[in-house]
Amino acid sequence: MIALLRRDLTLALRAGGGFGLGLAFFLIVTVLVPFGVGPQAATLSVIAPGILWIGALLACLLSLDRLLALDYEDGTLDLLATAPLPLEAALSIKALAHWLTTGLPLVLAAPVLGILLSLPGPGYLWLVVSLALGTPALSVIGTFGAALTVGIKRGGLLLSLLVLPLYVPTLIFGAEAARRGALGQDPSTSLLLLAGITLATIALMPFASAAVLRMGLR
Amino acid sequence: MSIWSYANPVKFLGLSAKVQPFLWGASAICVVGGLIWGFFGTPDDFRQGSTVKIIYLHVPAALMAINAWFMMLVTSLIWLIRRHHVSALAAKAAAPVGVVMTLIALVTGAIWGQPMWGTWWAWDPRLTSFLILFLFYLGYIALWEAVEDPDTAADLTSILCLVGSVFAVLSRYAVQFWNQGLHQGTSIPVATGGRSVADVFFYPLLMCMVGFGLLFLALVLYRTGTEIRLRRAAALRARAGRAA
Repeated sequence: MIALLRRDLTLALRAGGGFGLGLAFFLIVTVLVPFGVGPQAATLSVIAPGILWIGALLACLLSLDRLLALDYEDGTLDLLATAPLPLEAALSIKALAHWLTTGLPLVLAAPVLGILLSLPGPGYLWLVVSLALGTPALSVIGTFGAALTVGIKRGGLLLSLLVLPLYVPTLIFGAEAARRGALGQDPSTSLLLLAGITLATIALMPFASAAVLRMGLR
Repeated sequence: MSIWSYANPVKFLGLSAKVQPFLWGASAICVVGGLIWGFFGTPDDFRQGSTVKIIYLHVPAALMAINAWFMMLVTSLIWLIRRHHVSALAAKAAAPVGVVMTLIALVTGAIWGQPMWGTWWAWDPRLTSFLILFLFYLGYIALWEAVEDPDTAADLTSILCLVGSVFAVLSRYAVQFWNQGLHQGTSIPVATGGRSVADVFFYPLLMCMVGFGLLFLALVLYRTGTEIRLRRAAALRARAGRAA
């Protein structure tokens, strides 16, 4: 398992295009927003938590089709499916690697981008906390979507259509927590629900992902 | 003679051919009768005027939109557990019907909302949940279209339906948490037996709901029959190609 994690991380770091791309996308989305809604700090600070959450979600989505497609093409997935390691565990590791290379950098970059959108002072802490709690769920759900579309040619657009509705609860609770934090209200209810969703998806989604991957590989 | 014997496509087609004329007839009587009764036979509402009459389309469509997904869930489970092809095809056949029902509910709701709430759309929990349900339907249909091997497609869409159901329910409660509603509560709570709709509006509404239910059944049976025949035609073509 550790070997698989190390392999995925190395590939993501050295193969290029995967690791930095999500971050760059996040940056560009954030930079484009003021052009769209105007540079008034008052407007921006209201929508900042939501924009940062949506940007992180889209950046996460963007990197999903690389999650399994490359391994599918060179046959690694077939080997993983027949390996003694359960496919559920292999996919959990892959989701973890995806989170470490996409989710975690987004969490760390979010406060910097928050400055660009003049996020109110108390918001930074809760933005980081909510993203740190929520992005693992995005990776795990995304792995399910990637497993679902792995054998399909040009599945990228389909992947977005399938995964985005599944992201709705995570986005609602995550953005709500960040918004309340920015307004100085108590975000704990949303954070608890968000943590619940993340833990439940980490516990259950690998089984669904492995099931669909086995069907897709057959 | 158990219900499972109808998993045989020939028996299923035989029964559905026998039942369908009655279903079409009964649903036509109920829908047309209910709508005419509702539109012309009931008085205008005290406050809402004649706009109240859109409920004869809105409520039955919304009801069937949810029940269609529920039916897909059940048939998907049957496919995953017992591998009956008819069941998978019934799920495939129900999805487009469900998506149309969802669209009818959304559009009629918007048309009613414009004079009553003063807006075509509000981010109300019920409206939002229906929009999300609509997206789930689209994803489900798109996945059916994208996978070439029919058995793999049935497998993948079944799992998507199961996972989607969990997330649809989750979204429903998340949305409720996220925004307080404009939409009125349940008018006909089945559990408590009471209802806030007056009899004069309720009976035509009930007739329309029954009619939409029958219409849905008839459409699904018809479309399932089409899918079975398409599958057979593909098999015949494949056999002819191999012989040539």
